[in-house]
Amino acid sequence: MTLALEAVTRTAGAVTHIHPTSIELRNGTMNVLLGPTLSGKTSLMRLMAGLDRPTSGRVLWQGKDVTGMRVQDRGVAMVYQQFINYPSMSVYDNIASPLRLARCKPDEIDRRVRASAEMMKLTPMLQRKPLELSGGQQQRCALARALVKGAELVLLDEPLANLDYKLREELRVEIPKIFEASGAIFVYATTEPEEALLLGGNTATLWEGRITQFGPTPEVYRRPVDATTARAFSDPPMNFLKISKTGNRLLFGRGQSLAATGRLGELSDGRYMAGFRPNHLEVHRHTPDAMIFTPKIDVTEITGSETFLHLDHHGEKWVGVVHGVHDLTLGQPIEVFLDPAHIYVFAEDGPLVVPAAYAMAA
Amino acid sequence: MSDTTMPPAPARTTPARGFALPRVSGSAIVMTLYLVFLLTPIYWLFNMSLKTNQEILSTFSLWPREVTFENYMTILTDPSWYMGYVNSMIYVVMNMVISVTVALPAAYAFSRYTFMGDKHLFFWLLTNRMAPPAVFALPFFQLYSSIGLFDTHIAVALAHCLFNVPLAVWILEGFMRGVPKEIDETAYIDGYSFPRFFVRIFMPLIASGIGVAAFFCFMFSWVELLLSRTLTSVNAKPIAATMTRTVSASGMDWGVLAAAGVLTIVPGALVIYFVRNYIAKGFALGRV
Repeated sequence: MTLALEAVTRTAGAVTHIHPTSIELRNGTMNVLLGPTLSGKTSLMRLMAGLDRPTSGRVLWQGKDVTGMRVQDRGVAMVYQQFINYPSMSVYDNIASPLRLARCKPDEIDRRVRASAEMMKLTPMLQRKPLELSGGQQQRCALARALVKGAELVLLDEPLANLDYKLREELRVEIPKIFEASGAIFVYATTEPEEALLLGGNTATLWEGRITQFGPTPEVYRRPVDATTARAFSDPPMNFLKISKTGNRLLFGRGQSLAATGRLGELSDGRYMAGFRPNHLEVHRHTPDAMIFTPKIDVTEITGSETFLHLDHHGEKWVGVVHGVHDLTLGQPIEVFLDPAHIYVFAEDGPLVVPAAYAMAA
Repeated sequence: MSDTTMPPAPARTTPARGFALPRVSGSAIVMTLYLVFLLTPIYWLFNMSLKTNQEILSTFSLWPREVTFENYMTILTDPSWYMGYVNSMIYVVMNMVISVTVALPAAYAFSRYTFMGDKHLFFWLLTNRMAPPAVFALPFFQLYSSIGLFDTHIAVALAHCLFNVPLAVWILEGFMRGVPKEIDETAYIDGYSFPRFFVRIFMPLIASGIGVAAFFCFMFSWVELLLSRTLTSVNAKPIAATMTRTVSASGMDWGVLAAAGVLTIVPGALVIYFVRNYIAKGFALGRV
């Protein structure tokens, strides 16, 4: 009982949107497609929905080959980033339209429309036209129309991206609830790692038309399989630092070194890439054996309770997120600290070698 | 008239002269002159239509001394006159229906799909409008004569399609481009078949575009004289042709001609009223 993509690809002209991709989504799961713009989230969703036909590969729905089947016969529902409703129909008729097309009985249509309108808090607006609603209400109308069908595959393509902050938070709480009630396969595309973490379920990280990793969301977050996944699943993106190991010392920066302890000690000698998340960079020393760097400050951004430091460490661009407001001079070096327990070690060509110690403990 | 409630601007007050001229703004004068020039011919036509021939020819009068509806009565009772309107109406409506019906799917294809040579074809459509109708009068005349379509309404309607279909395609394509493709897809996902989606969802969305396209077809077809006169003789003779041919009937029947002119303006004015809000977008071929 699954939706399975088997080595699907999608090319348009000379441009490859999706490299060969296989993924299997189980019934009753929430699946997040996480990746930056143009990473192929929408392309992949369109293949799942049947709006596009894969250039090669197969799409299996509950074990049956549905490649090339008309989207009308698929039993899917989709919500776009733009608020897509039928402007000439009232909200009620909008929500009722999939049911009418499915030839439901009038009293059943009425019952289901009112139930989903209630869930989406649209009951007072049922007689209005979609364009007379606020953005959040329009998107809720689109969501209601997608959900009223009871489709077994619900595709949400950045449904909250065009909404303002407050509404987004509100709907972000509601969507997992709706999902749990429906028991369908949900696929949710987003560019924001935070959203993926809040939604839970499974996450597939996408990068340039490939799925780099697919698994339970916390697992993907804590143990990214490679540097690309780690970079995508971190906001701001993960920082990287060239290190090398000789004997039982880790060398980094310009001649600095650190005793390799724990799992770091098991590394074979050679050059690696160390990755760490921006929130793990500190301006005060908290652990005695912290690594010390003195990068230059490029830019600082203060967001009220946090300060974003854009740093230049011998040509490597880092971002640090530190608590509190710090008054810093641009262009000056600053001493920052990093607990070695927060370092992921990647091979130079990307794959993860040693996950961060804190992630293992969690 | 916000001038009365606001303190007068220093530059515009003239207390030094000791008396106040009635304040007339320059733009009002220009506007009035413009309207006068614009409306004079129409007024004169209307003026003439209410006069007797004798008054028209003998005196110069700004308004009819003796108002007569005789001219209008002539037109509305004489079949050779009013059938001109009926014929024009028939082929104009036929043309509007054919043009829009044909242009809708074509415009949809141009707005939604890419296919080989689509851009060239789209441009080539418009070049059809660049040839003067006179170029096509001869081939149409010969063709329709040989297949027995001469002097029928459909002949004129089809001939006008040559100019109106490309125009309608361009206008409709512009309006359709403004409708996000996601609406189409959402409808398919909801289970709409293509024809049902097109009629139930899509056409209401571009209703104003359809109206404008139909209006432009009407406008061209209603005023076009050369093709419609060439392709008809008696049974489908349009009003414009009737008007030009009565010139030598019994001398010059000025009053009746003027009345016919007034009646010819009316349908255009009526139709333009309904699409008045979208005309500008139509002139921009639906692209804003």
